[in-house]
Amino acid sequence: MIECNLNIRLGNFMLDTNFSIPDKGITVIFGASGSGKTTLLRTIAGLEKTVSGFLKIGDEVWQDGVDFVPPHQRSVGYVFQEQGLFNHLDVRGNLDYGIKRSSAIEEVFRDSILNLLDIKPLFNRAIEELSGGEKQRVSIARALLIKPNILLMDEPLSSLDLKRKEEILPYLDALHDELDIPLIYVTHSPDEVSRLADYLILIDNGKVIGSGKIEDMLTRFDLPISHGVGATSIIEANIVGRDENYELMHLDFSGEIFVVADNRSAIGQTIRLRISARDVSLTKERQSNTSILNIFKAVVDDVVPEGKSQVMIRLKIKDSIILSCITLKSAEMLNIKIGSKVYAQIKSVALLS
Amino acid sequence: MLNEVDLNAILVTIKLATISTLILLLIGTPIAWWLSKTKFKFKAVFEAIIALPLVLPPTVLGFYLLITLGSNGPVGKFLESIGGSSLAFTFSGLVIGSVIYSMPFVVQPLQNSFSSIGRRPLEIAATLGASPIDRFFTVAVPLARSGFITAGVLGFAHTVGEFGVVLMIGGNIPGETGVISIAIYDHVEAMEYGQAHWLAGGLLILSFLMLMMVYIFNRRFSIMRNSD
Repeated sequence: MIECNLNIRLGNFMLDTNFSIPDKGITVIFGASGSGKTTLLRTIAGLEKTVSGFLKIGDEVWQDGVDFVPPHQRSVGYVFQEQGLFNHLDVRGNLDYGIKRSSAIEEVFRDSILNLLDIKPLFNRAIEELSGGEKQRVSIARALLIKPNILLMDEPLSSLDLKRKEEILPYLDALHDELDIPLIYVTHSPDEVSRLADYLILIDNGKVIGSGKIEDMLTRFDLPISHGVGATSIIEANIVGRDENYELMHLDFSGEIFVVADNRSAIGQTIRLRISARDVSLTKERQSNTSILNIFKAVVDDVVPEGKSQVMIRLKIKDSIILSCITLKSAEMLNIKIGSKVYAQIKSVALLS
Repeated sequence: MLNEVDLNAILVTIKLATISTLILLLIGTPIAWWLSKTKFKFKAVFEAIIALPLVLPPTVLGFYLLITLGSNGPVGKFLESIGGSSLAFTFSGLVIGSVIYSMPFVVQPLQNSFSSIGRRPLEIAATLGASPIDRFFTVAVPLARSGFITAGVLGFAHTVGEFGVVLMIGGNIPGETGVISIAIYDHVEAMEYGQAHWLAGGLLILSFLMLMMVYIFNRRFSIMRNSD
């Protein structure tokens, strides 16, 4: 468990946070620019001193208002947004800087990190010879090589162009699968949230406005993230079979079968699906003459108005929750109320990993 | 050619400049580091004091040093009371004068290069487990390399070239406080232009070479950093 109750005053800006998050998986801190995300991350690393409050990582208290563990004594890996490498050292020198200052790092562990992030070909390169994506890979490797108790990443992709982002995202997916320490990841990109987050902290103007599991947070109507054109839901599903004739995969979630385009992942693997609220339409009867493959029985869990002409609906498909955004007129025609039984037709999904 | 007094003057000058530069780097580095980091309200007061020798006539500085270090001054009296002797007209007095006189030439380049490092590299080092002293020697010093070269060369060259302060507190004792700049003055006074030429020309070439080295080195260094 990571417990955090911190108050930071920087000039006119106040950051007031109180949350606890699980000590494994990826926790994403999401909010607009200037909302205090980076300050919060820096505070966890001990880089901001004007802080009062309490911070506990696992069994270690890092600050409690009286004692303050300085940053070099906190077991933390930090990946900066940009310019996060020492220019006076080469790649090897950068990696060794942290290793030399940590207690014995085994060769096997070191190799596993270097292989995971594909660092070995870069070893003797000078920092200015690296691309933006390579720099971030070296930063991540350097942070992991000190075997920290927690890994912090401050918008590691925001300084990269789209191509470089695509290049580095698979490495982050690999981290997601391999890492046994908690990762706190700051971003303002909704795409990175839905792809990486297990747990989500929403921050707005210095205040934490909500925190919880990603699936729940995306579908909580009291939070801004569940409204507007970006409203999406996430489902984790297992690959259970494939249809070679049509190049399709069958995915199981809560006992229902989802059919999607085959992405060549192995059977048994878990895959994350993103479903935009605008891609989910509702019918009262199951349609048979339709091009839509994915139609599920669902129960309306909640309905709220979305602007003047639309409604946002939270649907339960067995244990899973998805969002649907339809027009107010349709909702009235179908007589949608809490508890209504409907069929959800999902027009398209995005496979995230 | 050079006579024995001239050779002594060269030796004294080199010794004085070397010792002063080493002391300046030792004292100037922590001062420059502090000035580059502090948010202290009256920082400008300290910066102005250090910069004073840039604008004061050296004779003013030399006059006050003579008053302070001489046997009637506070420092001189204190030294005599503990069994020592006054520092006026000694090599040690000359070193103290040179250190004060050349201080801005060492502190300012160091302060500038410490400031230009920014806080990021030091924060990276902290998150990788480096203590403040460790960070200073393994990150700040290598990144401020060009500042150290500039500071060292300017401190040395400026000490070699000083005249007014030396004249006031050094006297002109051959082998003890007689330096090149005063030797040149003496030769000119005595109409010995040939010998004055040797010394003056030597200083001119030496100064030019040292400054050129600073510029070449700084250019290479800044190209290396800007290519990022």
